[in-house]
Amino acid sequence: MDPVTLARLQFGVTTVYHFFFVPLTLGLSIMVAIMETLYVRSGREVYKQMTKFWGKLFVINFAMGVVTGIVQEFQFGMNWSEYSRFVGDIFGTPLAIEALLAFFLESTFLGIWLFGWDKLSKKLHAATIWVVAISSNISALWILIANSFMQQPVGYEIVNGRAQMTSFGEVVFNPNIWTQFPHVFSSGLATAAFFVLGISAYHLVRAGENCDMHRRSFQMAAVFGVLGVVGVVMTGHSQAQHIVQIQPMKIAAAEALWDTEDPAALSLFTVGNERERRDVFAIRIPRLLSLLAFNQLDGKVQGINDLQAQYEEQYGPGNYVPPVAVSYWSFRIMVGAGMVMLLAAFYALFLTMGEELLERPPRLLRYFPLLIALPYLANTFGWLLTELGRAPWVVYGLMTIEQGISINVGVGMLLTTLIGFTLIYGTLMAADIYLLAKYARKDSGDLIRLDDTPETAVSLASD
Amino acid sequence: MDLNTLWFILITVLYIGFFVLEGFDFGVGILLPFLGKDDKTRRMMINTIGPHWDGNEVWLLTAGGATFAAFPHWYATMFSGFYLPLFLLLFALILRGVAFEFRSKDENPRWRKTWDWAIFFGSLLPPLLLGVAFANIVRGVPIDANMTYVGGFFNLLNPYALLAGITTVVVFTVYGGLFLSLKTTGKLYESALKSIGRMGPISAVLIIALVIGTYLSTDITMRLGINPGMIPVGAAMAILAAGAFFQRKQPGWSFVMMALAIVLTVISLFEILFPRVMVSSLGAEFDLTIYNAASSPYTLRIMSIIALTLVPFVLAYQGWSYWVFRKRITEHSRLEY
Repeated sequence: MDPVTLARLQFGVTTVYHFFFVPLTLGLSIMVAIMETLYVRSGREVYKQMTKFWGKLFVINFAMGVVTGIVQEFQFGMNWSEYSRFVGDIFGTPLAIEALLAFFLESTFLGIWLFGWDKLSKKLHAATIWVVAISSNISALWILIANSFMQQPVGYEIVNGRAQMTSFGEVVFNPNIWTQFPHVFSSGLATAAFFVLGISAYHLVRAGENCDMHRRSFQMAAVFGVLGVVGVVMTGHSQAQHIVQIQPMKIAAAEALWDTEDPAALSLFTVGNERERRDVFAIRIPRLLSLLAFNQLDGKVQGINDLQAQYEEQYGPGNYVPPVAVSYWSFRIMVGAGMVMLLAAFYALFLTMGEELLERPPRLLRYFPLLIALPYLANTFGWLLTELGRAPWVVYGLMTIEQGISINVGVGMLLTTLIGFTLIYGTLMAADIYLLAKYARKDSGDLIRLDDTPETAVSLASD
Repeated sequence: MDLNTLWFILITVLYIGFFVLEGFDFGVGILLPFLGKDDKTRRMMINTIGPHWDGNEVWLLTAGGATFAAFPHWYATMFSGFYLPLFLLLFALILRGVAFEFRSKDENPRWRKTWDWAIFFGSLLPPLLLGVAFANIVRGVPIDANMTYVGGFFNLLNPYALLAGITTVVVFTVYGGLFLSLKTTGKLYESALKSIGRMGPISAVLIIALVIGTYLSTDITMRLGINPGMIPVGAAMAILAAGAFFQRKQPGWSFVMMALAIVLTVISLFEILFPRVMVSSLGAEFDLTIYNAASSPYTLRIMSIIALTLVPFVLAYQGWSYWVFRKRITEHSRLEY
């Protein structure tokens, strides 16, 4: 394999893996903060149990997000040093601000929250988890500001072959961030909601000893689920409309739209021939793509062939078509998962209206644990579309992926780190899921006992 | 003072924060298999650094991010050049962070033993690798006209760099022992003191060797002169004072002096470098400096405003977190990890 493929594969593995943990951190931190606030305000033990139970799962997940985030920050210099030289002025700035403004806060205050149960007043303790929740989401904002420059470069000029910042304001208020951050933020809410819905449903079906706690968790998660998924759909829609403007090729690939159409039809199911750029079989709904792109029944959506010709004229000869099949199916998996989540979230909300959740849990409840996979699918494939759909560019219109890699890092080194990261990430994923499953199955009563008297845990382990 | 110099100082400050804080929590991790004879003792040791290790580690990440923003060429040359050591560093930090969080969440002794070894190696490798890396930065590595590192992995493993790596490990072990002596009571406290008594003299010998090595392998005499000035001399005095306070059974002051010695050593290191950020062994014209490796003046100005505003807040709330957890850990403390 060539260095470019290996470097891309490594970036893909480490980034998808990192983002496996991030959305749950973003959403669940807010839910745990609300739970503890309810505990402080009402003084009711059940809210404390909720805080501890979900807090434990939150922390197991958080640790993985943090350690995989370190790799994210360093691998630009390791594998993509020419990219780093090119954009350091602009891209490094939000990364540094993220560390100074958000990462310090979330790490320090998570430590205080975790260890401070009997060291701080109740109110102050609840405040620390709010700091964690808010700073985690601020952290996501700055990372997305950095990513937005790759999607839609603004506020720069090219000096001596490097992109230099001309306006910090333009970089921070990149038009792309207004659709991208709300989309990621609401996907965090949705991920946390389905995580909580699934685990609570498991306990409600089993009718364990802490049903009251899980009923309340389920109720809260149902509200979060509806807010989150509706938010994801709405922001996703406006994000797609934005991308039609700034990266028409990404949308053309996501829709497998070979030729420009006006009005444009939406593909429901396409089997295409990517090399010859034609459909083998397709079911398409007339006018729908124009409607989605422009909120009206006609409007020109550019196709792959025309865009390719246009870019050749603009940037010189080359292949400007991203991988179409991957983009097309990533888009459909993301949207499909979102649609099922939308239905499930409203169904969950409907269930919480009545009393039967506790008395006679409906049969469908037992499928909620399976639904936990949906937001993860949507999150992963959403990013695959965002990043692969930008190909061949690493910074849209300014630098191609090939130009960005480290020139002094050979195939042997790349292969070593790729295998190394894959192995350790695989092992840790197994350990993480084992622990999450173990604690998710526990009745919260066990947890509290385990927490408050460490001796019981120690005596069990005495060798 | 120009902005480039200010940023050189700010990055020095970030590394000082990292080595002074994470230094002792690496040390506690290194001591874990030696002092932690049973599970309870190991848990107590880990819980002394439990609330802090993550916040401490962010100093390193911020140093990385700040280097990216202020000196992109430094970031690109160093990280692509020190490729395999950096990979090992990341590997160690990943294992270590997860190990703290995971080890006590299952009662199986084998589970716990596995993660305890991860904590040990995850605490041992980073100071070793960082010592090697910084020694190479001041000693000089092959960097060509394109600011690209053209040496291999084994170029980095010269005797001087290895000596620096081992010295860093031993010094942090002593420093971690001193931290434990401030945060524990009873048997653990006693064994922490004993470990310092044993490692202290070894660290003194290594430090002397490293100073001699620095005169032989770097251009310190050209940069600072035979008499290197107040700061490196102050570092040596602080080390002596740390030993003296320990002899007089005042581990608190000994810890403070060790911290001071680390601060002054990091400053000395950057003093030798200034105004370079990476020395090229292929010729002074290929050195990376705070001018040829820097971002545009505009970016430096923006970043200066942001960093100078935020760093005081970071110091304040991290200081508060040490205040909240100022009590010693005893056998009856509630252990989270």
